[in-house]
Amino acid sequence: MVHTFSLLLQVADSQLPPTTGVFVIASIIKMLVMFTLVMVTVAYTTFAERRISAWIQDRHGPNRVGPWGLFQVLADGVKNFMKEETYPADAHKVLFMLAPALAFVPAMLTWAVIPFASPLPTPWGRIDMVVADLPVGFLFTLAISSLGVYGLTLAGWSSNNKYALLGGLRASAQMVSYEIAMGMSTVCVLLLAGNVHLSEIITQQVTMGWNVLLLSVAFFLFIIAAFAETNRVPFDLPESESELVAGYHTEYSAMKFSMFPISEYANMITAGAMLSTLFLGGWDIPFTTWDNLPPFTVLKTLLTFGFFAAKVVFWLFFFIWIRWTLPRFRYDQLMSLGWKLMLPIALAYVALIATVVVVLDKAGIVRGHMFGLILFGINIVSVAALFFWLDRGRMVSPAYSRLNRAGVDQLRAVAPRRSTLKGPGA
Amino acid sequence: MTIRVKVVDRPVGEVSYVRATVKGLALTLKHLIDPHKVTVQYPDEKWDISPRWRGTHRMLTTEDGTAKCVACGLCPTVCPANCIKLVPGEDEEGNRYPLVFEIDEFRCIFCGYCQEVCPEEAIHMGRHYENAEYSRDRFVYDLARLTSQTHPVSELWDPADRKGE
Repeated sequence: MVHTFSLLLQVADSQLPPTTGVFVIASIIKMLVMFTLVMVTVAYTTFAERRISAWIQDRHGPNRVGPWGLFQVLADGVKNFMKEETYPADAHKVLFMLAPALAFVPAMLTWAVIPFASPLPTPWGRIDMVVADLPVGFLFTLAISSLGVYGLTLAGWSSNNKYALLGGLRASAQMVSYEIAMGMSTVCVLLLAGNVHLSEIITQQVTMGWNVLLLSVAFFLFIIAAFAETNRVPFDLPESESELVAGYHTEYSAMKFSMFPISEYANMITAGAMLSTLFLGGWDIPFTTWDNLPPFTVLKTLLTFGFFAAKVVFWLFFFIWIRWTLPRFRYDQLMSLGWKLMLPIALAYVALIATVVVVLDKAGIVRGHMFGLILFGINIVSVAALFFWLDRGRMVSPAYSRLNRAGVDQLRAVAPRRSTLKGPGA
Repeated sequence: MTIRVKVVDRPVGEVSYVRATVKGLALTLKHLIDPHKVTVQYPDEKWDISPRWRGTHRMLTTEDGTAKCVACGLCPTVCPANCIKLVPGEDEEGNRYPLVFEIDEFRCIFCGYCQEVCPEEAIHMGRHYENAEYSRDRFVYDLARLTSQTHPVSELWDPADRKGE
């Protein structure tokens, strides 16, 4: 046993991939560390949400437990564990208990494939700073992130409550609609990288420039879809506390309820990490290639992890900031935004980028800075055109949007005359 | 049949979602970095309450610690809520004093008439609002409790400025 263990940990070149044994041990350690990190971040994101919302609304927020209220998350956790679990009499018990887990697990699972720092050299070989360096990384995230909706839908259905059911239905419809736009918007990224391997996508951004500058339209679409996927305001229709009580988790209490917010925040972190990886260069430090080239050092790993964390934290802040700024969409607006606006734009943009990539490749331009510069130019034009057009038209159709002047007049003509109306208002 | 909805024809600038979003984000960010906090951190800090604040009563005492009240009976008479219970007593020198003086703070409407009418400036409204108790009967304040309270008393008017100018 001791002999095998020492074999496992034999000293190797710190710049080369490790042996299988070391790989397994390192993976287990990475899993534990990432799980802990994400859970702590989730806890403190809930705290940040409450503090930032308070500051935006000129309040103080929770500031009583510990310095600046920092231990509030512990108090919340204890409270949720101590609370009584209630089960609706007619709920489908098995699914009712399974649903929170179904929501929670995919939210954490996506983290497995996201690279969070440059490789770490150890005496036993070079350890990649990603839990599982899947070659199909991006497809994996797409597949897993849409699984999360099963938890929401089943929670809604198994509660045997009409509001919960409506919330669950909305969740599934919303997920289907925005998953498509999200997938389409990322096709452009994959076209540039020529790969679905997330590490390759980061490498592509190092050579060409960050995708946020090259593919801004896709970036905006991805942000909107990410909001919808995480069920955050302005897309929190599954929850919709003003119309559906609490939506899909109306009947949940204590820790089972708590699992839903936890999975929502874990999804937020994942979405932030995906935004950073696909469009903001992942763990890349801007304006230098020092961090991307071997030899890898511990300092590089720490610095790149710091940059990655900063990007994710920025996105978390952005999610919170948006939540306390925008009102919720109406359901038909949500659907028309997803299907009639984002999907066509995403498709057109894929066509545009595909054409540009083919033309540039045919013209013999190497995929490097020059390539990036040309894309950046095209990008500025397309963003300007898009925003000009969006600002002219009505982006999210209100009730009157599809009517022209003549249509409005026609409606007014057939509307009942005031004098014919009955009741006190007439 | 088509659903007839109210048709409002607004200018594009008003309905542009892009502009509205940017404007909203700017507004919330402004409040985030420069909050106009008006919240008072209550148990730690408290508002300065008005000198005319009318809270739960206090009975002032003479130097020897007995209540100033002479049991004249004006305050139970003037009290519109009928919350003052007074049983007068008389000592061997013929001085009247309250045998029983109870105020039911649940009945009290905090009008301040008792303080206004008191010829001895004995009963006063208090500048005080933290009155929580664990039982209802604790809200009937007896003479001992009224005299032992130390919170500042209300100035129903400033004698130098009767009209409050």
